[in-house]
Amino acid sequence: MRLGSPELAVLVLFLPFVSFLLIALIRPLRRSGRPAAAVSILAMAAALLTACLMWQHAIDAPRGTNPSVLWSWLPADGGPMASVGVWVDEMAMQMCMLVTLVSLLVQIYSWSYLADEPPPSLGRYYAYHSLFAFSMLGLVLAPGFLQMFIFWELVGLCSYLLIGYWYDRPSAAQAAVKAFWITKLGDLGFVAGIAMLWGSTGTFDFATLFQAAGAGTLEVAGLGTIMFLIYLGAVGKSAQFPLHIWLPDAMEGPTPVSALIHAATMVTAGVYMVARAYPLFALVPSVLTLVAWVGAFTALLAATMACVERDIKRVLAYSTISQLGYMMAANGAGSPDAAFEHLTAHGVFKALLFLGAGIVIHHFHTNDVFRMGGLFVQRPWVGGAFVVATLALAGVWPLPGFFSKEAVLAAVLHGRLTLPFVMLMATAFLTAFYMFRVVFLAFFGHAHHPHEHHAPPLAMDLVCRALAVLTLVLGLRALFAGHHAEAPAWLPWLSLAAAAAGIALAWATYQRHALDPARLSAALAPLAFLARRRYFIDAIFAAAYRGVLLGLSRVIGWVDRYLVDGVVNALSAAALRAGDQLRRLQTGHPQDYVYGVALGVLLLLVWAQLR
Amino acid sequence: MPLSAYLELAAVVFAIGLFGVLTRRNAVGILLGIELMLNAVNINLVAFSRFRADLTGVVFTLFTIAITVAEVAVGLAIVIVIFRVRRTIEADHLDLLRG
Repeated sequence: MRLGSPELAVLVLFLPFVSFLLIALIRPLRRSGRPAAAVSILAMAAALLTACLMWQHAIDAPRGTNPSVLWSWLPADGGPMASVGVWVDEMAMQMCMLVTLVSLLVQIYSWSYLADEPPPSLGRYYAYHSLFAFSMLGLVLAPGFLQMFIFWELVGLCSYLLIGYWYDRPSAAQAAVKAFWITKLGDLGFVAGIAMLWGSTGTFDFATLFQAAGAGTLEVAGLGTIMFLIYLGAVGKSAQFPLHIWLPDAMEGPTPVSALIHAATMVTAGVYMVARAYPLFALVPSVLTLVAWVGAFTALLAATMACVERDIKRVLAYSTISQLGYMMAANGAGSPDAAFEHLTAHGVFKALLFLGAGIVIHHFHTNDVFRMGGLFVQRPWVGGAFVVATLALAGVWPLPGFFSKEAVLAAVLHGRLTLPFVMLMATAFLTAFYMFRVVFLAFFGHAHHPHEHHAPPLAMDLVCRALAVLTLVLGLRALFAGHHAEAPAWLPWLSLAAAAAGIALAWATYQRHALDPARLSAALAPLAFLARRRYFIDAIFAAAYRGVLLGLSRVIGWVDRYLVDGVVNALSAAALRAGDQLRRLQTGHPQDYVYGVALGVLLLLVWAQLR
Repeated sequence: MPLSAYLELAAVVFAIGLFGVLTRRNAVGILLGIELMLNAVNINLVAFSRFRADLTGVVFTLFTIAITVAEVAVGLAIVIVIFRVRRTIEADHLDLLRG
């Protein structure tokens, strides 16, 4: 029986879910650790195979058709409110492959990386992983905003759970809560946006909405506001300025989790959502321009912060923010294809960078790049893979980062966004600089030998090699796939020159020591100071939290304690006092009661007389 | 003698009885006051019966006297029980119902 691609997509979606249910509900399996991991890995492998099969199928299918399996949901007067199911187009299929691939590799990597964890924790870890993959796939395959939002929130929940995997560490717990709340801030806009959209169109379905948008029949008052609110969701999820602050802290989770969050799931969701809803965004150019500007600004801001960071994982985190800025800029410049191309390419090599960094940290027992060195000689394979990924991130020909970055830059240039283009170009230079700073410090230079030498476990090594090969293959595929016609001829050379300049500066500073890094940072003292303090954005958020939120809470608390409770307390005190006064009437002396009776009779008599 | 003379006598006796009930500290004294008040009522009933030539009032008075006897018997019994328990029959000391 030949299954159509939508049915395969349903299978892709449910394989991780089944594995999650198995691990989560069967207690002995969960607490056994390794078997739970095996279940999860097998399910992911099956999902990856199914996703590839689905891709194979779709190539036969005529383009432009979006096969889908839909079930109506939420029955209401006048038809169901929303439909759920899968909506399979080219973007969704590629994304499915990326998600399942990275999830699978990360899970295999975790098998060795977290080998020392107690089995119950490991089972929990893999349960989260399966749920994470399921959520992300559900988001990717969503046929409408409502399903997308539900899975969007599930993705947020899973990232919270995984970042806070070591929940007994206060910093990890804090980072998890921070990631959760900062993204929720954006999600508020998202949910308000889709509710307003539903209010004016009566549907959540992409197909209906896009058709109306394409035909120009989408009459929605305040579409600009709606799309801006929806974009806010992406700002939170994809760590755009000013909600980017959760991402560096998310490094508190285990390294494979960072790889997963940064490469395939979670942060890509925002970019994917904007690319997915692009036909709607295209109707409001002002929002698109904002998206592009914020994206470019985020890219530059994060790149400067990465230049002064000492923690290898945080450098990578800032580079992720920076690259997400690229993707968003491409979205805003009107080229969701370029954004998506960069997303997939970035997904592969960023996973490799993080997993490589995991091995590096494993090797040196530190996150500080200044206490590393000489790894290339000691572990040539790891070093090679890491350098390949770094070159890809820096955008060096012929690696995938080069082509996708060029596509992004061409799109931004094509959209006549000159200043964002300049910012992105500067970012390209800085990216090459800070990534090669890490490479020269950690892999070359003075050899720092750790006290105990042990080779990275085979699984971790193999996963890195596989990803390195995949990066090269992707690059070659892009090389032979043809060129972007829109790009002017000088663009690739300029982007290469920026990358080369960055690499050269890093080489001169950290390898040849021709330049003193201290003097370099002294020359840019104010900027370096600001970047080290993360431009005080965290501080501003903390101050806003303390000032506004806690201040407001204090006011509300005062009102509640002294006004609301005060009225109640005053009433009860008055009742008590009145009761106490009335109590004294009851003297217990029989004669007083007789007095009362006599007095009452007398009064009645008087009253009868006067009447 | 006119009816009003009897009624005034009854009122005076009632007032004395009420005064006794209100002022006596001894429980037996209070009971005596109650007796006076009841008998003032009896005087009224008999007087009306006589002046209106209607025997109903006399019959009613006989009933009242019978009930009064029972009431005194019960009242004195209560007083004795109270004395046994509390060793006093001073009304001022009997304030168990005080709030």
